[in-house]
Amino acid sequence: MDYDVVIIGCGIVGAACAYELAKHDLRVCVLEASNDVANGTTKANSAIVHAGFDPLPGTKMARLNVRGTAMMGELCRKLDVPYRNNGSLVLSLSESDDGILQKLYAQGVANGVPGLALLDRTQTLSMEPNLSPAVRGSLFAPSAGIVNPWELCLALAETAVRNGAELRLSAPVTAIAQTAGGFCLTTPNGKLTTRYAVNCAGVFSDRIAVMAGDRSFRIQPAKGEYFLLDKSEGTRVDHVIFRCPSELGKGVLVTPTVHGNLLVGPNAAPCDADDVANTAAGMDFVRVSAQRSVPGINFRDNIRNFAGVRANSDRPDFIIEASAAAPGLIHAAGIRSPGLSAAPAIGLEVLELLRQAGLELRKKETIIDSRKRVRFHALSDEEKNELIRTDPRYGRVICRCETVTEGEIVACLHTPIPPVSVNGVKRRVGAGMGRCQGGFCGPRVQEIIARELGIDPTKVLMDWEGTWVLSGETKGGTAQ
Amino acid sequence: MTAHELVVIGGGPAGLAAALAAWEQGVRDILILERDNQAGGILNQCIHNGFGLHRFQEELTGPEYAGRFIDLVKQTDIQIRTDTMVLELTEDRVLHTVSPQYGYETFRAGAVILSMGCRERTRGAISIPGARCSGIFTAGAAQRFLNIEGYMVGKRVVILGSGDIGLIMARRMTLEGAKVLACVELMPYSGGLTRNIVQCLNDFDIPLYLSHTVTDVRGRDRLEQVVVSQVDEKRRPIPGTEMVFDCDTLLLSVGLLPENELSRQAGVEIDPRTNGPVVWENRECSIPGVFACGNVLHVHDLVDYVSAESEQAGKAAAAYLRGERPAGTEIRITNGSGVAYTVPQHFHRGTDAVEFFFRVRAIYKNAAIRVMDGQTQIARFKREHMAPGEMENVKLPKVLLDRVQGDTLSVEIEEGAQ
Ligand SMILES: Cc1cc2nc3c(=O)[nH]c(=O)nc-3n(C[C@H](O)[C@H](O)[C@H](O)COP(=O)(O)OP(=O)(O)OC[C@H]3O[C@@H](n4cnc5c(N)ncnc54)[C@H](O)[C@@H]3O)c2cc1C
Ligand SMILES: Cc1cc2nc3c(=O)[nH]c(=O)nc-3n(C[C@H](O)[C@H](O)[C@H](O)COP(=O)(O)OP(=O)(O)OC[C@H]3O[C@@H](n4cnc5c(N)ncnc54)[C@H](O)[C@@H]3O)c2cc1C
Repeated sequence: MDYDVVIIGCGIVGAACAYELAKHDLRVCVLEASNDVANGTTKANSAIVHAGFDPLPGTKMARLNVRGTAMMGELCRKLDVPYRNNGSLVLSLSESDDGILQKLYAQGVANGVPGLALLDRTQTLSMEPNLSPAVRGSLFAPSAGIVNPWELCLALAETAVRNGAELRLSAPVTAIAQTAGGFCLTTPNGKLTTRYAVNCAGVFSDRIAVMAGDRSFRIQPAKGEYFLLDKSEGTRVDHVIFRCPSELGKGVLVTPTVHGNLLVGPNAAPCDADDVANTAAGMDFVRVSAQRSVPGINFRDNIRNFAGVRANSDRPDFIIEASAAAPGLIHAAGIRSPGLSAAPAIGLEVLELLRQAGLELRKKETIIDSRKRVRFHALSDEEKNELIRTDPRYGRVICRCETVTEGEIVACLHTPIPPVSVNGVKRRVGAGMGRCQGGFCGPRVQEIIARELGIDPTKVLMDWEGTWVLSGETKGGTAQ
Repeated sequence: MTAHELVVIGGGPAGLAAALAAWEQGVRDILILERDNQAGGILNQCIHNGFGLHRFQEELTGPEYAGRFIDLVKQTDIQIRTDTMVLELTEDRVLHTVSPQYGYETFRAGAVILSMGCRERTRGAISIPGARCSGIFTAGAAQRFLNIEGYMVGKRVVILGSGDIGLIMARRMTLEGAKVLACVELMPYSGGLTRNIVQCLNDFDIPLYLSHTVTDVRGRDRLEQVVVSQVDEKRRPIPGTEMVFDCDTLLLSVGLLPENELSRQAGVEIDPRTNGPVVWENRECSIPGVFACGNVLHVHDLVDYVSAESEQAGKAAAAYLRGERPAGTEIRITNGSGVAYTVPQHFHRGTDAVEFFFRVRAIYKNAAIRVMDGQTQIARFKREHMAPGEMENVKLPKVLLDRVQGDTLSVEIEEGAQ
């Protein structure tokens, strides 16, 4: 056997599993279909650390959400991931909403959510003066927060790799065969064998199950669309602002992001698993709904739209269990919202399921459990000077909107999981995330990637395989 | 902290011209801060002809036009610091900068000139629906790839927006062997200069679809198709009018936005119509000793006007440094019907001639520009043709300005004037 455990998929769930497993004396491998980690649903969601009053008491969702959220602050601190415990408000805008708030409150208490409080109109408006005057009251959840989901995923995966896990990118699993005491997995670059496999393939997790002969669930993908607004709108609200949940889901929320922008969305519409296109209807819906809770949002300051696909399934709960059809396969599948919040706890849950399935877990004697990266803009003037003295590339600002320096870009290209695309750099250091959306820095970033990785600039992708940027040289050729 | 008499933020044509004018007025301690590795601004990537017709009565390329100013600056003791980004400006004119060579520095300036130029509006700013594939560029970013880096961005191209950069890129991509299938414009008229429509589209048989927009973008990885629909008077797409173009590239030329993050930070008052600072006739902002010129103030079509305006700002900064302060009460300028904005937004009573720059809201034929003091007409200028894509200007001499009784003037368009 090549490995003790192979994790299929490196979104937040796969990365959390890898992070926990790599703390043990095991041969762990993560197979990711895309050319980067966090390239699925993990990069396109609301980025909320939910308090945990939404899921029904007694579900895995409820338990893992509350536990994951409780772990989040410490985890993000250790791994240097932007996180803010800003709390959330669910608004009541009608009499029937008042009833729903009561129900959510009771549910939250049953789930063990700390500090919940029902606020009246005055209290609510004093906390958030830009809310609709129609607001009647709210449910305040102080434990809720916001996080950078792709950086959390990256930090978990990077730490796992530092602790000895292997990560293979551009390695989609295309077939799974049960062997004596394990599995043989096929990828385009060859086969590998493992004693255990963990299915963390997100919206494709039912396809992985089927490959292993398990047809016990089906994913029913549903898209959610967003607006991401300029920092000039970033202080419109301070807490995460939810509408009351309905049949259609949690409804359109308005929240600041950890980067200081304003995020507005999502809607919910059935879609194909790989369909992340924005639609005029979806965007209109989001715009109109959001204005019912926060009327003043200036959508002219939008800088980007995107869409994420929910791994909804034909089951009401997360599917985190040992496969009955394929012993040795553990599912962490159908992880829809609050999957991001629950992810740290899902990692521990999967560890426990593997132990129950016979995997012996021995903690390594020394493990790395910290991470640090330079965020130039956040340094003091003295620290900035010190850094530029040791490496002048920190004095050259490449991304002007977000003040990201060449030094940071070069550094990220030499981490354990180096990016291979312009957006890969963006997810790691924020270059191109700002108001000009890479208009200025895109070409420079492309050049730096090519230089540092020793590849031709025309080979540098925008993002995943196939997203080429340059078609060739001009007639005059390149100047330099 | 080091002190300088005059600090200029941005070494584009605006910053260069302003610094030179201040030098000619006797200011001897001038520092230009430029974040790029060379001065010249956006002109460095505009390798086409057409700059300087007004100023030098010659057709220059962008780099040649910038080069003339850079040469003049080199003959003075004006310092240009390239590779230096201004990160922060405070109300009391302290600048925070960073550069590889000097690290993190702060400067105190006697006067500051804002000349940071503008940036392009992006896909997000206009929320184009569709796939998140590659192959969608702002026209300026594509221009940089072609003209500075030497790379092509695609082979079959649709251009959204008929602003000048889009038009220039239609021709440039065609000359590089790409097929430009269409230029699509939301408004019923083009946003670019007429000469660019003729020389960049018509001469290459590239169709211009007015009152059309992009309603879908398709492609899982790289762009594969763009759907274009006609729009109604309210600019809403009309179902059933869709045209599908097979293409791998969509260039966006959907407007420029003055880059005023530093100005906002310092507390400079911004005009929501121009997205630039509110200025007096001498281009002084709401903070005394801070002046603005060029594309950071309002988006210009022709660099010649940028240079002229910047000289005004440079002169005014020199006067400020000499301790001169404009006297006279405020007269505000408001937009009458048909006028989208004016620069300057106000001036001092008793000042010399004032030249107003503005844009109209629609196409006008045989119309007139009227300057009104309440019900009284102060001046009237006939125009055969006016369009939002072409900046208008009128100059009011002192004799006319001295007749103003009220404290606001309005600039308006009179239609059907004979
Ligand atoms: C619109 C929306 C909003 C949300 N908001 C929130 C929120 O605010 N808070 C919250 O807690 N949760 C939220 N969620 C849920 C959260 O985003 C997800 O639960 C979480 O990202 C799921 O992570 P994952 O790792 O399971 O899936 P993914 O991130 O999709 O990762 C799955 C990975 O598997 C890979 N893969 C697929 N097939 C294969 C294969 N054959 N071989 C190898 N690799 C494969 C994919 O490439 C992908 O990288 C939201 C979800 C959506 C869609
Ligand atoms: C693509 C394109 C094509 C054009 N074609 C024509 C044409 O054919 N004919 C014509 O007459 N005009 C043309 N123009 C218009 C003309 O180029 C502009 O009007 C002129 O360049 C504006 O000058 P500026 O100095 O205001 O701005 P810019 O040229 O943009 O210069 C601003 C400078 O400020 C610097 N800067 C900004 N922020 C900072 C900071 N924080 N710290 C340090 N430095 C900073 C920038 O790096 C830049 O160098 C074109 C413009 C564009 C964009």
